[in-house]
Amino acid sequence: MKINADTDRCIGAGMCALSLPEVFDQSEEDGTVVVLDPEPPDSMKTGVTRAVNLCPSGALSVEE
Amino acid sequence: MTEATPQLDTFPMERERAFDPPDLLTHWREEAPIRPLTFADGHEGWIVTGYAPARAILADSRFSSRPELMHSPIPERSARLQSFIVPPGFFIRMDEPEHTRYRRLLTGQFTVRRMRLLEPRIEEITRDHLDAMERQGPPADLVRDFALPIPSLVICELLGVPYDDREKFQRDSAVLLRLGSSVDQITAAMADLLTYLHDLVMRKMKEPADDLLSGLIAGGELTDRELAGIGLLLLVAGHETTANMLALGTFALLSNPPQMAALRRDPTLIQNAVEELLRYLSIVHLGPIRTALEDVEIDGHLIRTGQSVLLALTAANRDPGRFEGADTLDVSRSAQGHLAFGHGIHQCLGQQLARVEMRIGYPALLARFPGLALAVPADQVPMRTDMAIYGVHRLPVTW
Repeated sequence: MKINADTDRCIGAGMCALSLPEVFDQSEEDGTVVVLDPEPPDSMKTGVTRAVNLCPSGALSVEE
Repeated sequence: MTEATPQLDTFPMERERAFDPPDLLTHWREEAPIRPLTFADGHEGWIVTGYAPARAILADSRFSSRPELMHSPIPERSARLQSFIVPPGFFIRMDEPEHTRYRRLLTGQFTVRRMRLLEPRIEEITRDHLDAMERQGPPADLVRDFALPIPSLVICELLGVPYDDREKFQRDSAVLLRLGSSVDQITAAMADLLTYLHDLVMRKMKEPADDLLSGLIAGGELTDRELAGIGLLLLVAGHETTANMLALGTFALLSNPPQMAALRRDPTLIQNAVEELLRYLSIVHLGPIRTALEDVEIDGHLIRTGQSVLLALTAANRDPGRFEGADTLDVSRSAQGHLAFGHGIHQCLGQQLARVEMRIGYPALLARFPGLALAVPADQVPMRTDMAIYGVHRLPVTW
């Protein structure tokens, strides 16, 4: 799976970094999403899906 | 497809039970999670009580947050909206792209990591207030002695607002949140607060300190009036919300002894417990409200351009279609995905701060006072049904 993050849409709520810090972080400068691991192993799929669904701005998506 | 037809339904503010949404909202959710609602000025709009449509509308850029487009179910609020002028920087009442320009300047200050760095100081502030309660001895008013001063002091230190001025801004912010405040009272309180914050910004321009407002000034992207508007928004949002969660959450735990016992027994439950209390209590008592910028069809209903939609988060967060046994407080469940902080581009900027304050506050209180109990019968606790943010006016406790 491949994670796409649209930092223009991101509003820096931090839900992804809160729910899955292994994969998501926030920029020190403006709080927008930083994807630490854009192609995480399939074993993390549940957590990634949850983080994507929690995103309030729709900035995250996953390609299979 | 149905269209809004004239109905006499108006929004209920009173609650039958302290922790539950008004029964009428629950009834409406069971009957039709989207239904027509008559607003205070006679406007025919909509109310949404179901989780899925509420979440969808909050994330939909075809709905606006601008007050001049908005109608309110409360007569005093309705009169206010027509004359409300959004102060520069007050981005909660703006749409894209203005909203994002302001929010982006702040989000770096409210990240998960930044908020965790505040933990030692928040723990210290919490300890100081528990020490003072213990020294003074029971009974105490948990709102006055614990729930209000802790987040208030934290947001003051973060922003760089002198805590000694709290009587003034707490009084003014209470006027803004009181649903029955007249337009004149609200206009005066708003002007007062803006003047106060503008003076503060001017002082900080001359004498910068290590705080958020000074940092924004140094960034050089904002005018003094924008800085005052942002300061006003963060100051009011920062202390009234967490304060009410801390007090109402404690009241809810005291009223659900098995849940309180579970949390005392297993402190690792605190993360789930905080999310569950946020979901179960959903303290945004009224709204939020959005207005359609174009015709939008949702679940077979046509919401027309200009129609206001009230999103009843209290009812949406109790939707059994999303949360099993939704009317039960269960601190062990995963309540992630709740709408207590909203959803979409306006989702609470300070939510990670609120989480840290609650994750520290509840366990510290429970650990300090193993015999914590209400000092009055539960039905005598004065509830904030008269305020935009729900909670308790006072919470007399003993230990």
